[in-house]
Amino acid sequence: MNEAVNAGVDRGGIVEFRHASYQLPSGQTLLSNISFAVRSGETLVFLGRSGAGKTTALRLINRLIDPSAGEVLVEGRRTIDWDPIALRRHIGYVIQETGLFPHYTVEQNVALVPRLERWPEPNIRPRTYELLALVGLDPGLFLKRYPHELSGGQRQRVGVARALAADPPILLMDEPFGALDPLTRAEIRMEFQALQKRLGKTIVIVTHDTSEALLLATRIALMEAGELKGLYSPQEFLQSKEPVAAAYAAKLRALEGFERGQ
Amino acid sequence: MNLSQFFSQHSNEILQATLEHVWLVGATMLLAVAVGVPLGIVVVRKPWLSRPILGSANVAETIPSLALLGFLLPLPWLGDRADRLAITALTLYALLPIIRNTAAGIAGVDPAIREAARGMGLTPRQILFQVELPLSISTILAGVRVATVLTIGIATIAAAVGAGGLGEFIFRGLAMVNNRLILAGAVPAAILALGADLLLGIMERALRPAR
Repeated sequence: MNEAVNAGVDRGGIVEFRHASYQLPSGQTLLSNISFAVRSGETLVFLGRSGAGKTTALRLINRLIDPSAGEVLVEGRRTIDWDPIALRRHIGYVIQETGLFPHYTVEQNVALVPRLERWPEPNIRPRTYELLALVGLDPGLFLKRYPHELSGGQRQRVGVARALAADPPILLMDEPFGALDPLTRAEIRMEFQALQKRLGKTIVIVTHDTSEALLLATRIALMEAGELKGLYSPQEFLQSKEPVAAAYAAKLRALEGFERGQ
Repeated sequence: MNLSQFFSQHSNEILQATLEHVWLVGATMLLAVAVGVPLGIVVVRKPWLSRPILGSANVAETIPSLALLGFLLPLPWLGDRADRLAITALTLYALLPIIRNTAAGIAGVDPAIREAARGMGLTPRQILFQVELPLSISTILAGVRVATVLTIGIATIAAAVGAGGLGEFIFRGLAMVNNRLILAGAVPAAILALGADLLLGIMERALRPAR
């Protein structure tokens, strides 16, 4: 086993899938035999249609589910060998509906993981200020508000701040911008791109939006029907001959053509 | 002698009986919440226990209250004291709405919030106490409110086994065919019920999480 663990580190994979599959108890296969590594510091985007297995793959990383076969490694250690609570607190997690606690203020939401990890209280307050500023929200204005008093875009920013609170090396994002209107979405995406550069974290994003994937990804992991169809840099993706990737690229070009009025 | 004169003449006795009544209902509700809320949590967490628990609570509800007191009377420790007996019987009645509302409240928590809580690394216990219970508190209180109003009414029957309370007047009034005596029990009981309903209703609204 030691050999295998070392191999994972050698390949530079901070997260690694090895022949990982996931089946529902009903026998339905959501993910079949996925193998690849996420490199430290990159932004890997799972791209695919609904039901392609993107979210399932993401949930394997922070052990919300365990693989039915094969294994997933985080920092060289199999997820099933991690304590699930420790693993999840080590990984930031942002979901589409943000999952902010409606009965907590913005401050309480952002400080959630630091408090769970029993940070000394005097360290928490400056951290929440710092994080809100980082995601472009005025701390003085927002810390005492409740999620229902925020716009969708503001909620999403708080969701990101909350996920970053304990400074996790890995950030998982499931359709993070999916619930936003197109304008806010474009805006937040651009901001996130800037944030990404500053943070240097390993980020894994799930999306079904090709332009989002091209904008944010270091590499795109193309998923279809529970299988990994290929890994591409954005340039490679646009030029790929692989039928599924080519279909996405063609669709995108058609859309751009339409926008230019051709 | 009109009714108000009767009431003022007997105000001490009525007050005494009202306090006894409040004690019976208060003790019952504390016990019912202490038992019912954990049972409600079990109902959501362990689906295979949900039928037996809800089924038993349902059956308890269907036993006529006088008969229930009669059944419990011969039991060793319970039958020794009238108030003990009455509070046990009343608690059995109060359980169902509390169990059901606790289960409904927890089951009604937005799955996205629970998923986020898990993903952030909250333990199951932390999810229960920091997320699920706070978010279902108003639904649980709605159950407590129904149970309280119900208990205030049924508690009048406790006088049948000598547990005191406002039922004393009602039973005496029935025996003596004296309407004023019956009202001396019924009117304060109705006021208590309305008051409890109002108070718990206000709490329920105040604690409802904003969306």
